[in-house]
Amino acid sequence: MKPAPFDYIRVDTLDEAADVLAQSADDARVLAGGQSLMAMMNMRLAQPAIIIDILHAAGSRRPEIAKGRLRISALVRQEALSTHVGLEQEVPLLAQAAPWIGHIQTRMRGTVCGSVAHADPSAELPLVLVALDGQVHLKSRRKRRTVPAQEFFLGMMMTEKADDELIEAVDVPLTPAGTGTAFREVGRRKGDFAIVSCGAVVQGTTTRLAVGGVNDTPAVADWENLAPADVAEALNALAWSLDARDDMHASARYRRDLVRRLGETTIREARSCAD
Amino acid sequence: MRRLSADETHMVRFRLNNEPVEGAAEPRTLLSDFLRHVLARTGTHVGCEHGVCGACTIRIDGTMARACMTLAVQVEGAEITTIEGLAPEPGRLSVLQAAFRKHHALQCGFCTAGILMSLDTLLQAEPEADEGRIRDVLSGHLCRCTGYRQILDAAVEAARELRKETLHA
Amino acid sequence: MAKESAEIAAAGFERVEDAALLTGRGRFIDDLPVPALCVHAAILRSPHAHASLRSIDTSVARALPGVRAVITGDDYARIAAPLLVGVKIPIDCWPIARDKVRYAGEPVAVVLADTRYLAEDALDRVVVEYDTLEPVLDPMAALNAHTPQLHAGLSGNLGADRSFRYGDPESAFDAAERTVEITIRYPRNSCTPIETYAVVAEWDPYDEAFDVLANFQGPFSIHPVIARALNVPGNRLRLRTPEDSGGSFGVKQGVFPYIVLMAACARLAGRPVKWVEDRLEHLSASVSATNRVTTLRAAVKGEGRVTALDWDQVEDVGAYLRAPEPATLYRMHGNLCGAYDIANVAVRNRIVMTNKTPTGLNRGFGGPQVYFALERLMARIAHELSLDPVEVIRCNLISADAFPHRTASGATYDSGNYQFALETALARGGYHALLEARAAARAEGRLYGIGLAAAVEPSVSNMGYLSTALTPQERAKAGPKNGAQSAATIAIDPVGSVTVQLDSVPQGQGHRTVAAKVVADVFGLVPAQVRVFASMDTARDAWSIAAGNYASRFAAASAGAVKIAADRLRDRLARIAAAQSNARPEDIRFAGGRVFIDGNPEAGLAFSRVASAAHWAPATLPDGIGNPVRETAVWTAPELTAPTEADGINSSLCHAFIFDFCGVEIDPLTTEVRIDRYVTTHDCGTILHPGMVEGQIRGAFAHAVGAALYEEYAYDDAGAFLAGTFADYPVPTVHEIPELDILHICTPSPLTPLGAKGVGEGNCMSTPVCIANAVADALTPLCGWTDLTLPLTPGRLAALLGDEPPPPVEVATRPKAVGRGLTGEGEARVEAPPQAIWDILMDADQLAAIIPGAHGVRKLSPTRFLADVTLGVGPVKGRYRVEVALSDLDPPHGATLSGKANGALGSGEGTGYVTLKPEGESATVIGYSYEASLGGKVASVGGRLLDGAARIVIGQFFTALGHNAEGAPAAGGIRARLKALFGGAR
Repeated sequence: MKPAPFDYIRVDTLDEAADVLAQSADDARVLAGGQSLMAMMNMRLAQPAIIIDILHAAGSRRPEIAKGRLRISALVRQEALSTHVGLEQEVPLLAQAAPWIGHIQTRMRGTVCGSVAHADPSAELPLVLVALDGQVHLKSRRKRRTVPAQEFFLGMMMTEKADDELIEAVDVPLTPAGTGTAFREVGRRKGDFAIVSCGAVVQGTTTRLAVGGVNDTPAVADWENLAPADVAEALNALAWSLDARDDMHASARYRRDLVRRLGETTIREARSCAD
Repeated sequence: MRRLSADETHMVRFRLNNEPVEGAAEPRTLLSDFLRHVLARTGTHVGCEHGVCGACTIRIDGTMARACMTLAVQVEGAEITTIEGLAPEPGRLSVLQAAFRKHHALQCGFCTAGILMSLDTLLQAEPEADEGRIRDVLSGHLCRCTGYRQILDAAVEAARELRKETLHA
Repeated sequence: MAKESAEIAAAGFERVEDAALLTGRGRFIDDLPVPALCVHAAILRSPHAHASLRSIDTSVARALPGVRAVITGDDYARIAAPLLVGVKIPIDCWPIARDKVRYAGEPVAVVLADTRYLAEDALDRVVVEYDTLEPVLDPMAALNAHTPQLHAGLSGNLGADRSFRYGDPESAFDAAERTVEITIRYPRNSCTPIETYAVVAEWDPYDEAFDVLANFQGPFSIHPVIARALNVPGNRLRLRTPEDSGGSFGVKQGVFPYIVLMAACARLAGRPVKWVEDRLEHLSASVSATNRVTTLRAAVKGEGRVTALDWDQVEDVGAYLRAPEPATLYRMHGNLCGAYDIANVAVRNRIVMTNKTPTGLNRGFGGPQVYFALERLMARIAHELSLDPVEVIRCNLISADAFPHRTASGATYDSGNYQFALETALARGGYHALLEARAAARAEGRLYGIGLAAAVEPSVSNMGYLSTALTPQERAKAGPKNGAQSAATIAIDPVGSVTVQLDSVPQGQGHRTVAAKVVADVFGLVPAQVRVFASMDTARDAWSIAAGNYASRFAAASAGAVKIAADRLRDRLARIAAAQSNARPEDIRFAGGRVFIDGNPEAGLAFSRVASAAHWAPATLPDGIGNPVRETAVWTAPELTAPTEADGINSSLCHAFIFDFCGVEIDPLTTEVRIDRYVTTHDCGTILHPGMVEGQIRGAFAHAVGAALYEEYAYDDAGAFLAGTFADYPVPTVHEIPELDILHICTPSPLTPLGAKGVGEGNCMSTPVCIANAVADALTPLCGWTDLTLPLTPGRLAALLGDEPPPPVEVATRPKAVGRGLTGEGEARVEAPPQAIWDILMDADQLAAIIPGAHGVRKLSPTRFLADVTLGVGPVKGRYRVEVALSDLDPPHGATLSGKANGALGSGEGTGYVTLKPEGESATVIGYSYEASLGGKVASVGGRLLDGAARIVIGQFFTALGHNAEGAPAAGGIRARLKALFGGAR
């Protein structure tokens, strides 16, 4: 399975990448870690005329803290994030989700922003970004703009990012002390795409559950003062409100079961580590 | 900025197993094909070309990488190690390779190169890696012959041997 | 013979194969240099399960740079013939489609170009027109007279219907206290070696001969099939195999149609051709194990004793009854009673064809299908009679003093002690502790179950077993087929070093190592002094139709031939040494690299000196000694006779025994099956290499866990193949394989030179049903008896665990989708009256203008048109030719749109129903629902994303329709469009 022909551009800065995108728009794609895009290109599902390799560009390859947020630039690989010293304290939900992202081999090459741009409905990073009220920083030749994560994912593999934009960075707020978080995922095998994934954030009186793998984009539900006795009913309502479908890997019924049970477990775990 | 056009081949230069190498590649030439057919290093194998089976795993700049998911032109200037670079010298086996042979950790041998590269990279970076960590690394590989048990045994023993060697060094 | 085998088993000596494989020096087929001017092949494959081939236009493809030729079925037919089928039925099986395609993935054209990359570029430019036909996918449906027929010459899809009767089953059923029945459906799967198929083929137009290199595993009974298809005599087909092969498990028997195809391409193109299969091709169109529907009835006495079995097997061999089928059925014909002493057996075997990939060898080869039925039945007997399942097995096992045991259907079980194996397993395997674990778990309300399975594992196939499928009259006409030859050649060179040539073609089973040890032990050498070669060259090496590596024949047959050849040479060398030293040959010993008279090891000569005497001084040899430096031994077992007049067949020479038990728990959170403990007990006769036997058992176990819990070659209702990547065909990783306890007992085979039996397939036969029995047992307190179908995915189990909580009344739910493939519905509200929208729908030009990505429209009639469309979601984009038709016009209220799309990524068909409801004065709610099916590559690799993609694309269309009607350009940013879409969609 060999890719179709394309021009290859290795940029030295993200500005250069933006320039190329401005000229070529929907014929060009950014190649970061390649773990999502290369598979599609080898299968010829994707046939961009231009590939922009940004991984030799100038920029930080480590997550950085700036203004109370953890900022992850386009060059940061998934493994660099998951081995970031202090992640468990700074953004525990990210630390909990990281081991579930693919395999070590794919995390060593794949980038965080690449996964966000790809917007696979079963991917962990978009889910966590939405659960934590993250932001996506977009850059084009003309301008920069910031889009809240909850508005960024529009559909399956479709995002707010325009064809002439690239993701410069994503960020999430540092998790306030006293917040409880938990992450759980079920797939056919460990490391596979999620059939259902759940990220729970408990802060004060608010319980939030983000669910991936069911709808085309991460689904989020927030409850105020959710009593333990009401969790089951709330999750059942959530499960039925989502667009669970049958496919070769799982039935709609099973997906709803997982939303109920995995959701309950995740919420309970998040609560147990909240203050 | 460097632009390589689709319909031409371009010289790609990098270091492979501690030697400089070069060869001609189109932008779309996969690194797996470049290693095997341009540089004639056929030890790296191709099992799926979509990044799941792990047979093509090599080391690029210290990280595990699927050669089938990498373009040859991407590794300009990089430091690459493949299976051909693991043995300490011709006729001898590394600790990891010898452990594989001792434990019958290979049958057809087709997935073996990728697994050795992942484990070698792991044990260099994390000499204290325990069986759980080894399992996680191994889970990025598919083997249809062995059922994995003997591979795990070999890897665990090799890790122990390497730690002992470092202690005595 | 069995006594000598004790010397051979050693503590696990290291393999000679390993050093090369560990250092990247393997010589797999794609590692080898290719002939000069070799071109590379890529295959265009049908996206449809069932269609007529209306036309193929290769003109654009042929003109691309680097493309040397494009071969179609008609080209092939000019120089080559269809493939022989195993049973004489009026169907043609070509390696490339002629007028029809009958499975998704069937080859339709071959592009030959300077590189594989260029060949794939050209694939996209071959234009094929299909007229799709209704497919038939279910084997029971295929039997129905009213379902689509795959082959014109054959009435219906039934390839064969053959019944057998052994003993007196009718009386046994009449006299039975109870009849217990089970129906099972066994799914498709495959052992998917990590190295795919590859072929390098050359044609010499002057010699009129083919030279083919392929990672073919045998049996070489396929050689004449290939030669005949290529219209050459056997000695003009040189078939070679590479030194190393990356796993096969039966699958690489199925490379032979591609050998034929690529060889024909080489001849047509006048260039050597190389083809390396990619993973999508392998999963969708190499081979598959058969899927089978079996109804099995047992006549049972009160204590669980089975007196008769009635088998009704409907075997689905895919689109063509292609060689070697119906071997999957008949390989096990002698073993239909498994490990049990049952004298009365009735069998009905029906073979049907459906629109799926043709089937072939796969590890276990018929065993998984047979034992799934038989061992589920035994569990059911225990359940219905409220008996201990161990007792039901125990009381039916063939008694230890009954060997050799002739089964009802004619197999001779060579040796065994099944009761001892069972007792050993239970005692040393800790069965009692498992019972306690189950009791404790159940007390806590957990779903824990124990499963058992007993299986007889046949090895060394009788090449005549396939003719059991014929009637005795047909067999008499065709001539006898029987036996299972194996050949080995040992040569000693002028300096006395030893070389061995095997007729097995290993893919990692360590044959070279074991053969070296066998020979070294005979000659008193160390294995490093014996070199073994195991690749095959039909022009040079000794081979027979039985040559190859399959049916676990190596340990029993191939190694046996090696032993015989070595013994013969040793005996001759002993005579030489005896003559030189005035001793008797029977007093000569070989040990420590020396040849000496018994009791006097210091005297005597080096082996190499004695062995090379024939080269240097042949005149000094004793008279009539034969050739002491080269021996080809051909061994065949006389027990492997042709089927009898009464249809009895000794289908295999050796029979190993396996007894498995396991404990599983169904995870309360995820409904995944967790295997808590698994104990497998083997009797495989003499063990030639403990480490390698363990490797074979663990490998088969891993395959079987995959089959039981993860793997299925799934198709949708339209016949699209869904498991085209290793993401959608989940082969187990290290995390998915549980701990395995292995126990051994040994009853050597009296029939093989080393007493060894095959061991490589057994767990594929026993483990899937053992796990199923355990899961069923776990479900019993909740559900009673449960019929189960593999793979036991968590989704399937979830449905068995009770009803889910109903939706709260205020949450609207989607009505249950009916129909096949992708379905959906939605609404879009637009500021335009229904008539305006209707006018757009009826105007083909306007309609085409709003189809997302359309460019180039051709109107065929007022209600039909063609368009070229680029459709895509996210990074996935493809060009399609779309044909749209409008019907059921009900102006301006509703209409039906039906569409077909064809492109490189696949093809689709769909029907949409559109309703236009006025809202107020000037607005309309467009309602739509659709049903679509998508086939081809995009279905195989993108399955789980297709549903969403279809919704997006269809949603874009209706949104654009609305915008056009409003008079607004279809702009506003993708976000606005999608908001409008998803705001209205349910």
